[in-house]
Amino acid sequence: MSYLYAAYIATWAIHVAYLGTLLRRYIRLRNEIAEFKGREER
Amino acid sequence: MKRVFPILAVLTAALLSYALYEALVVAPTELTMGDVQRIFYYHVPSAWTAFILFSINFVASVVYLIRRSNKADIVALVTAEVGVVFCTVVLVTGPIWARPVWGIWWTWDLRLTLTLVLWLIYVSYLVLRRFSSSGQTPLLAAVLAIFGALDVPLVYFSIWFFRTQHPQPVIGGGGFIDPLMLHVLLINWLAFSCFAALVCWSRYRLEVLQREVDETLALEALLEPRGSQTRTSQTWRAG
Amino acid sequence: MSTVPSLTRATLAKDLRLEWRSKDAINSMLFFSLLVVVIFSFSFDPTAEESRRIAGGLVWVAFLFAAVVALNQTWAREMRNQVLDAYRVSPAPPNALFLAKVVGNFIFVTVLQALMTPLFIVFYNLRALGPAYQLPMVAALGTWALVVNGTFFAAMSLRTRSREIMLPLLLFPISIPALLAMVEATGAILTGEFSAKFWIVLLAAYDLVFTIASLFLFGFVLQAE
Repeated sequence: MSYLYAAYIATWAIHVAYLGTLLRRYIRLRNEIAEFKGREER
Repeated sequence: MKRVFPILAVLTAALLSYALYEALVVAPTELTMGDVQRIFYYHVPSAWTAFILFSINFVASVVYLIRRSNKADIVALVTAEVGVVFCTVVLVTGPIWARPVWGIWWTWDLRLTLTLVLWLIYVSYLVLRRFSSSGQTPLLAAVLAIFGALDVPLVYFSIWFFRTQHPQPVIGGGGFIDPLMLHVLLINWLAFSCFAALVCWSRYRLEVLQREVDETLALEALLEPRGSQTRTSQTWRAG
Repeated sequence: MSTVPSLTRATLAKDLRLEWRSKDAINSMLFFSLLVVVIFSFSFDPTAEESRRIAGGLVWVAFLFAAVVALNQTWAREMRNQVLDAYRVSPAPPNALFLAKVVGNFIFVTVLQALMTPLFIVFYNLRALGPAYQLPMVAALGTWALVVNGTFFAAMSLRTRSREIMLPLLLFPISIPALLAMVEATGAILTGEFSAKFWIVLLAAYDLVFTIASLFLFGFVLQAE
């Protein structure tokens, strides 16, 4: 029975990990864009 | 992100939760394997989703070769990445299922082995994309995707024949399926397909944004006189 | 002089002549294979029956490693002397160059196999219980499968970081059906327990599909550099 939960949890762990990498990249990009805009206005 | 995205995200989450409920509660318990068999409702839809994503990758690669469309290249990249994620799920849930049922972690089950080979091919595809430094990365990647697609039927037949010569356990449960089980399976497949579509969409928009930033950086480097260049090489990406 | 067969022959002759004079590739491949054979001999000490079963796998792993050594240096000479740039601007069909490279590699690896096979027979007390005449067929088809894709991927890897790792990384997954076929066919012939016919047909199909695909798509890869 624990195998069943292990499988379901593993599935979502993998998906969440991937979404996490996407989020991290997005935040980094957003900071870069903010830096851009900051330099443009200077 | 567009306004419709959060609504779709909530709907998909609801669908996934409902599908999970069906898998754990509504679906009948299997005779021989017991509750462990419920892994089936996550294992099989993930496999189908991965195969569909890789098929889209193949089409996008061909379109890129013919039209050199940037959009097609991004679609290829996105479907390959998300496809690998779903493939990983299949390869992890498969052994977890096999262990209590057959007593062994791995078996040369047809679907599982095919998934493993696809995973290997597409991971090499992603590595090529990352390590290739020429501006022609999309072209090389598209060629590799076509090679991979041509390989798939050959892989299928070779494993199929291997299994007739060396009989192995079957994980997926072939043949007749109870109608209620089929219903639960399809609900889960629908839920995971919506989830995959949303993830692909997010990744697509992320990549579009990334390329815009890279292009702007490149333009800046060309136009700005040296000395006032404040960008470090760290923000440069290779392909 | 710009038809595919004559160009292929000219390029091939040049490559073979250069290799014969320097013996770069063949020496390194030979030594590497010898090492692999010896190390495998230490790890496995099988009985005659067992060795017939596993010899297929061992032999082809050794040949695969040797082939990778050959493949990695396929385009090295061309890279050093900017030959590829010249080729790109010339009206010569790119397929001629590709075909010449593939046949050259095929010859190198086959020579290596001819030299290594007696060693394998000695180390593992091998004797074919099945139809031994099928073995050269398997060897030829299998080698072609590795070499045609390997030469193609070697060209694809030219502008990537870690070029030497990129080649096996790309080659091995795609080659899995061919490798399975080679190993199973060899095992079937040595043990005489199964017929190798299906595997030989599969290898032939694999070779056909990927030779056509490579010839078709090599032009793109050459442009991409």
